[in-house]
Amino acid sequence: MLKLLLAQGMLGLNNGVFYAMMSLGLAVIFGLLNVVNFAHGALYMLGAFVALILYSYVGLWFGVSGFHIGFWPALILTPIIVGGFGILIERFLLRWLYKFDPIYSLLLTFGVTLVLQGLFVNIFSASGTPYPGMPDALKGVVNLGFMMFPKFRLFAIVFSLLVCAVVWYVIERTKVGALLRAGTENPELVKAFGVNVPLMVTLTFGFGTGLAGLAGVLAAPIYSVSPLMGADLIIIIFAVVVIGGMGSIMGAVVSGIALGLIEGVTKVFYAPAANTVIFFLMVIVLLVRPSGLFGREG
Amino acid sequence: MTKPAQVHQPLSEAGEFAEGIPHEKLARSRAAQTVLWVLLIAAVLLAPAVLYPVFVMQLLCFALFACAFNLLIGFTGLLSFGHAAFFGGAAYICGHVVKVWGLPPLVGILCGGVVAAALGYVVGSLAIRRQGIYFAMITLALAQIVYFLALQLPFTGGENGLQGIPRGTLFGLDLNDPLSMYYFVAAIFLAGFLIIYRTIHSPFGQVLQAIRENEPRARSLGYNVDRFKLIAFVLSASLAGVAGSTKAIVFQFASLTDAHWQMSGEVILMTLIGGMGTIFGPVVGSVVIITLQHYLADIGSWVQVVIGAIFIVSVLLFRRGIVGELARMLKISSV
Repeated sequence: MLKLLLAQGMLGLNNGVFYAMMSLGLAVIFGLLNVVNFAHGALYMLGAFVALILYSYVGLWFGVSGFHIGFWPALILTPIIVGGFGILIERFLLRWLYKFDPIYSLLLTFGVTLVLQGLFVNIFSASGTPYPGMPDALKGVVNLGFMMFPKFRLFAIVFSLLVCAVVWYVIERTKVGALLRAGTENPELVKAFGVNVPLMVTLTFGFGTGLAGLAGVLAAPIYSVSPLMGADLIIIIFAVVVIGGMGSIMGAVVSGIALGLIEGVTKVFYAPAANTVIFFLMVIVLLVRPSGLFGREG
Repeated sequence: MTKPAQVHQPLSEAGEFAEGIPHEKLARSRAAQTVLWVLLIAAVLLAPAVLYPVFVMQLLCFALFACAFNLLIGFTGLLSFGHAAFFGGAAYICGHVVKVWGLPPLVGILCGGVVAAALGYVVGSLAIRRQGIYFAMITLALAQIVYFLALQLPFTGGENGLQGIPRGTLFGLDLNDPLSMYYFVAAIFLAGFLIIYRTIHSPFGQVLQAIRENEPRARSLGYNVDRFKLIAFVLSASLAGVAGSTKAIVFQFASLTDAHWQMSGEVILMTLIGGMGTIFGPVVGSVVIITLQHYLADIGSWVQVVIGAIFIVSVLLFRRGIVGELARMLKISSV
């Protein structure tokens, strides 16, 4: 029983770090832009597809068969590509909506989600494609004492935790982060200090979406790459940020990981509840502490 | 990270009551409204003569769904991203009541509406604990519970949905006859539409619009804002449930699609494109979207791309929607 718990806990932790990275991006964007990015799940999907395309299709497009851009370069390239795509969305679409109710931004990104999902369903099939580019160094399993755990998943967990830690450090402890937090509190004042706030907004959106793309690359070798992989995930992420409170970076990370773990453990006790347990926890949090576990009143 | 209070433009342009409407505009609006009512009723009564009845019945169900949704987004300023739960959830309840318990379709539809109202009470009272964008996220997450219930509960038929719901009879009238069924659906739609119209133009509706325009001020005037929001939510949910139940009887089928979040998105689009906060907007919007889906059915999954693109364009350029823009051009009130 304990072994089973630990095993499901590890798988849950794996999901949890993805939740953490996704809600981290969502929280950073919301902090500065006051925009809830519905397309976050679709951009995660885009990240996985970019990794797949880099490996399987780029060679074909340039007529060099057998040419692959593997996992390691993809780990760097994909967040840049997805983040760049995010920057385009911000500059050409979202920017026009800042002066209106934030609901419109949510609806706009919802539209973007439909377009992205629809495109990928048409170009690739709705069923998944496995990612063939898992690096040799990460194939196989490691013995954790209580279970044999896939090396790649362990790598994904450690790497994601590292990314979260770095993001936390940058935002909470560096000059850039201080500007970002100041921009969240009072953009007008920060503008008055000579900071290019619109540029900061664009880059922040790019950064947040880049994180979603990164989560997508890390997920590609674990789950099969499918156009709908981000569709249900985004709703879980929404529940995570409602539980954690969108105001804090730490809150997003901690609640993401914790909820992944809880979801995993629920599979052991009552499997059918596993995909709804997060939503029920959200209900409890709303009843007990409506502003979220790490959120401030207001 | 607390934010300074931000002043946004209100969700809809319909809030003209507070400013006082010039007499001439009022008269013109009244006339336009009468014309539109006559047109609507005539269209509903005569449509099956020119169009395929099942198609029009589908239109009417979605139009009622969108009107119910509009009561929240357009007149209370609440974006529910989970209305598919009431629409699709009630369809299952109605289907079960009619198919397994063998009760008449009217009872099934009422049961669907009542269960949707109860569900709306639960979802609403949780969601109004948070404002604005959080409200949308919470309704979306709660609706996902209903979706998973529809997928996993024993009586719903899982992925296949609930099939073979009999249409039955209404006061001895056989509803398998397309025209009898049609006028049954038309009556439900008109009744629902009238309820929404009366609600909006009642003192209660005026308070809802006050909340939409300025929630703190409505509160400072002594209105129990949460209670008003909750009542509006329950009313909207129950009418959405009636729409979903009716659709289940028409198509003799309750499906997972109707409970999925994408359906919640579609009803938002119908309302947005027709005009949030207008009386006739959601009807126009659902006609546009359902017709589009009907004619684009050949291009398969590209429909989703088209719908998404329409979403983006209308959010960026036509936030007033078709009816809202028309009303502005003709200088009449759209409420």
